Amino acid sequence: MNIMRKLRRHGALAGTIAAVALATTLGSAQAETVLRVGNMGEPASLDPHYVSGTWENRIVGDMFLGLTTEGPDGKTVPGAAESWTVSDDGLVYTFKLRDHVWSDGTPVTAGDFVFAMRRILLPATAAEYASLLYTIKGAEAVNTGKAAPETLGVRAIDARTLEITLAGPAPFFLGQLTHYTAYPVPRHVVEKHGKEWIKKENIVSNGAYVLDEWVPNSHIKLAKNPKFYNAASVSIDTVILYPQEDRTAVQRRFRAGEIDVATDFASDQIDWLKANLPNETRIAPYLGIYYYPINTSKPPFDDKRVRQALSMAIDRETIVDKVMKTGELAAYSFVPPGTLNYGEPSYTSFKGMSQADRVARAKALLGEAGFGPDKPLKFQLKYNTSENHKRIAVAVAAMWKKLGIDVELYNSEVKVHYADLKQGKFDVARAGWIADYNDPQNFLYLLETRTGVNNYGRYSVKAFDELMDKASLTADLEARAELLARAEAIAMEDQPIIPIYYYVSKNLVAGHVKGWQDTVNDIHRWRYLSIEK
Amino acid sequence: MFRYVFRRLISAVPTLLIIVTIAFFMMRVAPGGPFDQERNLPPEIEANVLKAYGLDKPLVEQYLDYVGGLLRGDFGPSFEFRDFTVRDLIFGGFPASLQIGSMALLLAIVFGVGFGAFAALRQNSRADYAVMTLAMTGIAIPNFVMAPVLTLVLGVYLSLLPVAGWGDGAWVNKILPVVALALPQVAYISRLTRGSMVEVLNSNYIRTARAKGLRESIVVNRHALKGALLPVVSYLGPAAAAVVTGSVVIETIFEVPGIGRYFVLGALNRDYPLVMGTVIFYAMLIIALNLVVDLIYAWLDPKVRLE
Repeated sequence: MNIMRKLRRHGALAGTIAAVALATTLGSAQAETVLRVGNMGEPASLDPHYVSGTWENRIVGDMFLGLTTEGPDGKTVPGAAESWTVSDDGLVYTFKLRDHVWSDGTPVTAGDFVFAMRRILLPATAAEYASLLYTIKGAEAVNTGKAAPETLGVRAIDARTLEITLAGPAPFFLGQLTHYTAYPVPRHVVEKHGKEWIKKENIVSNGAYVLDEWVPNSHIKLAKNPKFYNAASVSIDTVILYPQEDRTAVQRRFRAGEIDVATDFASDQIDWLKANLPNETRIAPYLGIYYYPINTSKPPFDDKRVRQALSMAIDRETIVDKVMKTGELAAYSFVPPGTLNYGEPSYTSFKGMSQADRVARAKALLGEAGFGPDKPLKFQLKYNTSENHKRIAVAVAAMWKKLGIDVELYNSEVKVHYADLKQGKFDVARAGWIADYNDPQNFLYLLETRTGVNNYGRYSVKAFDELMDKASLTADLEARAELLARAEAIAMEDQPIIPIYYYVSKNLVAGHVKGWQDTVNDIHRWRYLSIEK
Repeated sequence: MFRYVFRRLISAVPTLLIIVTIAFFMMRVAPGGPFDQERNLPPEIEANVLKAYGLDKPLVEQYLDYVGGLLRGDFGPSFEFRDFTVRDLIFGGFPASLQIGSMALLLAIVFGVGFGAFAALRQNSRADYAVMTLAMTGIAIPNFVMAPVLTLVLGVYLSLLPVAGWGDGAWVNKILPVVALALPQVAYISRLTRGSMVEVLNSNYIRTARAKGLRESIVVNRHALKGALLPVVSYLGPAAAAVVTGSVVIETIFEVPGIGRYFVLGALNRDYPLVMGTVIFYAMLIIALNLVVDLIYAWLDPKVRLE
């Protein structure tokens, strides 16, 4: 054993350390298989109605099982529902629940789903992510306190049959049901313990794992749920998730063999990682967009030519190749390519032009808008504090400088940044969006007038809104995709947002972890993985 | 003496109240709120959330509610870590911070005073310069540089110690955080000790002691060191409070489940109750430790009388 050999040379202290280390190794070297994960965040909660982060999803997503769930390749597969039918108008879904139980042996019923969906939407629950369920008929009215929870379009026909009525046709609905906002919660436990239901001694779940231990800022331990309907297929007995966020510290732990999976790494480490850990470094396209919203309600940004010029002048290839270097793709659309229920995205018209031509055209556009050497365009570019955001902002400012634009870089901590965006207190700002479900609507709706505060730049164009409205009423997938593409084309012509790059997911996965597949939503359920000794 | 302690503790109450008040209102003046985020909440939902936490009430009313809660020992819920109360978080995390901090402090005192005295006794010699150069380096190299270097060398390359993690409190997991936390303190204390020791060694009473023909070891250990420790002791009060309440850097790098991160995380997340809780906790510790320092001071220095 390599470690022992090294230790012998380090005398008595090292000897003791070795004994302890060995004891620890022996202790865990029994039949039990353990997966140790660098999870990049302390969960705010384990109640699926209160979570919102990817690091929480990596925990609750293997504790609870929605009607549909993610397969090993990230695609939607049956979960708690074994089958379903959809009405011809695409509005009524009838699910047949699998015969399965909560981890305390109580059967999971359609009533648990009804209870959960009413609970997350109740104003008193104050669930921040509830609006994701607005696809369901009556959800918005319940959530805003305008209607009683009983009016929600979710009902239990019998213990194992659930009927959900939608507000409009939504081809992404089955995919949306994999999201944690749609997980069931155990009615019998929540009603008995109230807020305390999530505590280790009370919680029960219907997924592959149950909560075994939670020491804040230290770790969360999940133990295999022997009552899981498909427990026989679950290979890993224990999953330990460490909340450490410091990417380089996690990378050192990974190198030292203390963790098996690191769910992110620092971009500036990419050269080292590619040279030293090429097989462990996993980079894959991710359904997300890094973009700069422009405040269209504020002159001179209400002028389309100014926005187009700003967008054209940004050399995205330089940003992804020289600044990021992590395999991100230069973005010329708002919807990332490869999004489901969509064809090729509608790209900006200047995608085919060379960068030199773009800069020339941008100069001309700015000139038309009344800006030039004697009247330079001056504004602020806001970004939230982060090394990457800063590097990109500096690069972009330099590119704009070529057009004679005078940009002031303004960084603030994340809460202040988003408060400013919400209140429209910005000229141009940094933002990002990761899809909640795999559908173009999940990106494009951000530019609808009715979206309100999340339409940061207050883009409001009737033709765009009408196409989005029409698409939301269209059940035919091809016709819908066509309408959405037309809407995106309008937005890409108007450039209320400057797309910069499509995100990639970055993971470090040890060689002995088997079954890992790169997925577009970066969801990898632990129940599908195994460890090869 | 007991009357003195009692009086000091009573006088701490208005101090704490002032701290609570200032912290409460300063926190609210900061722009951005606890629920501002990438996905901004629709106005109706935001209203629900604010109502659930009583944040829709007038500020003064919130303040009175908060102080009222404090009197009942209720520090409120954490906005960010919704499954825990602030009390759970602070009392759950403090033991880890306390262990790491007190071990680091002990290490810092033993080595700091040792090195400082050693250097002072060999003033302007090569040994003195060597020790003081090391100490300067120790002060100059920040924790966030030293800690990764230590983990890289001892953890990754030599595989001697765990790189990070708490390991349910196993002592191997504590070595690196303790050492990394102690190093700058060792450096600072040794410089402090050396400085005051040099001064004391040149003072009249030491000359008298030597003139009496006392053995050098008695002069140094019984007379000089006692006097030389006074500035160290007064430094130790606030230093102890800072060290035992945890270091953000150390806790982040080594994944120590302490409370050092809560203050910074709380402030960044605008988790008002968590920030208030850590402020109050920290203030109480400082008050208590300053009292202890004053008591030690009186014991070390006969000129100081506690009445």
